Amino acid sequence: MVGIARDSRQQAPSRGKGFLRTLCSQWQMMLMSVPMLLYVLLFNYAPMWGWANAFLDYTNKRNVAKGITPWYGLENFKWLFSRADFIQSIRNTLAMSVINLVFGTISSILLAVLLNEVRRRNFKRTVQTVTYLPHFLSMVIVVSMAQNIFASTGPINQMLISMGAVREPVFFLGEGKYFWWLVGVINVWKEVGWNTIIYISAMTAIDPSLYEAAAIDGAGRFQRILHVTLPGIKSTFVILLIMNIGHLMEAGFEIQYLLGSSLVRDFSTTIDIFVLEYGTEKLNIGVATAAGMFKSVVAIILLVGANFVAKRLGEDTLI
Amino acid sequence: MNGTVHVHHKVHRDVVFPVVNAIILILLMFITVYPVLNTVAYSFNDGTDALRGNIGLWPRVFSLKSYESILQDKAVYQAAWISASKTVIITILNLFWTGMLAFTLSRKEYVLRKFITTVMVLTMYVNAGLIPNYLLISKTLGLSKSYWVYIIPTMFSCFNMIVIRTYITGLPDALVESARIDGAGDIRVYWQIIFPLCMPVLATVALFVAVGSWNSWFDTHLYCAGQKALHSLQYLLKMKLATTQASANAAKTSADALKSTTQTTPITIRCAITVISTVPILVVYPFLQKYFVTGMALGSVKG
Repeated sequence: MVGIARDSRQQAPSRGKGFLRTLCSQWQMMLMSVPMLLYVLLFNYAPMWGWANAFLDYTNKRNVAKGITPWYGLENFKWLFSRADFIQSIRNTLAMSVINLVFGTISSILLAVLLNEVRRRNFKRTVQTVTYLPHFLSMVIVVSMAQNIFASTGPINQMLISMGAVREPVFFLGEGKYFWWLVGVINVWKEVGWNTIIYISAMTAIDPSLYEAAAIDGAGRFQRILHVTLPGIKSTFVILLIMNIGHLMEAGFEIQYLLGSSLVRDFSTTIDIFVLEYGTEKLNIGVATAAGMFKSVVAIILLVGANFVAKRLGEDTLI
Repeated sequence: MNGTVHVHHKVHRDVVFPVVNAIILILLMFITVYPVLNTVAYSFNDGTDALRGNIGLWPRVFSLKSYESILQDKAVYQAAWISASKTVIITILNLFWTGMLAFTLSRKEYVLRKFITTVMVLTMYVNAGLIPNYLLISKTLGLSKSYWVYIIPTMFSCFNMIVIRTYITGLPDALVESARIDGAGDIRVYWQIIFPLCMPVLATVALFVAVGSWNSWFDTHLYCAGQKALHSLQYLLKMKLATTQASANAAKTSADALKSTTQTTPITIRCAITVISTVPILVVYPFLQKYFVTGMALGSVKG
């Protein structure tokens, strides 16, 4: 609002009138932007009224059918945190998003560094084109492929058996203890190439004279990577880390939903799947909304917190 | 003496590293394409034989039966039509509105710029969540079980808007100023001057939107699961996934039970649908590939 007031003062002497007059003279821009503003208010902000459901009682099915949902206070939240399956879904969400964050970041930085060292342009382009591709495949397609790859008669098991690592095929898709790692591996396969884009563009911004200076000082290839390339992408890394910490409660939803089965549900149920089950199958809107609201609020706290830490460290911040 | 050893080492390392690097990257490309080719091989394999597994990059017993049975299925054509039509409509609507919005938010003199930008950017971080959105779309707006549920709720993405806006900001300001002096209104300035210059970035965003729409299945699952005529290709595949998941989990006995005289099995059918729904992406990918890297770099600039 401060910005708006300042702008209008520059254009007209009287403040309130000037603002309106400028606004009227900009009716064409309003025509181009206000419909989308209203759209976003309706589809992104209006649903927040739905959070009220988290404080209503949906447990009595007969009342719900009649449209009676009395005030329930914090009972939905209390009930949630007394449930082992909700606590489990928080655990699964955090476990998978930490695995994704750690392995996703390490693998994409590693690949970006390797690509950055390639001198043949055509080869570099080919690797990039091929590794970006899985990003564009839908999760349904990816899971369909994973069902073949990780099947008990699939290539991974074949390889493990021929190497003598295991005697019997490993039941990757049916045992809970493998699930988180399977999700991690699939996510890295899908996104590693795509995630290098941002690091590579940061690397091209590094001043080439830094490499020359390092080479004159006798730095070898690995020392140049360590002392020039990696520091050059530090601020990109921090920004992405903040964004990812803000999304720590989003472990993804599609992959767990599609890859999971009754056999691994103790490890595959994320908060989103919990919400979906309670909201659309068990029809307890109150509990489902409360769980979703908990997730959103924690996400905001994480984002603001990470942003604050980054500011303290003197890095670029997001908000 | 000491010096020569040092030089020797250095030369040695500079030859070895590029070779090792190339081998690692070639291996990575192989790992990337292997699952795709493996699925293609399965889809061209005889169904009963495929139950034995162990198929690599080439079908063991070649058969077109899976494709034949899919191409006789009317539901597949209907689903392909739904997927294709919604993708085209969503892409056009998105580009139409998002482009104009991005233009206005790139103009410093626009008095609502800060306010609208803040409202838009916040949507990237704050989300009402699944249930409130579901209630709005299906209960309040009554869009479930209708084709419009694919179109209306997916018309805006803030990330795409920022990508276009950053691109427009990079264009010379004089373009807009001189057009205004010539008496053109903002709408004309956008459509006649800015829009034609934005083709590269609009192609990028078109790719993002189109791929997102083509790949979506959850909207069908949530709002149109009961309406067979509205199923998308991805949703059809998702349902096949569930059946083969069940058979993969059951042991050998049921694998025998799945054998049928039609020489197709859920596995080969699933793989064939996987291939069919991947092909459109593979077709557009090379054409748009040169654009999206620039697009990503633009979007990475802080909103």
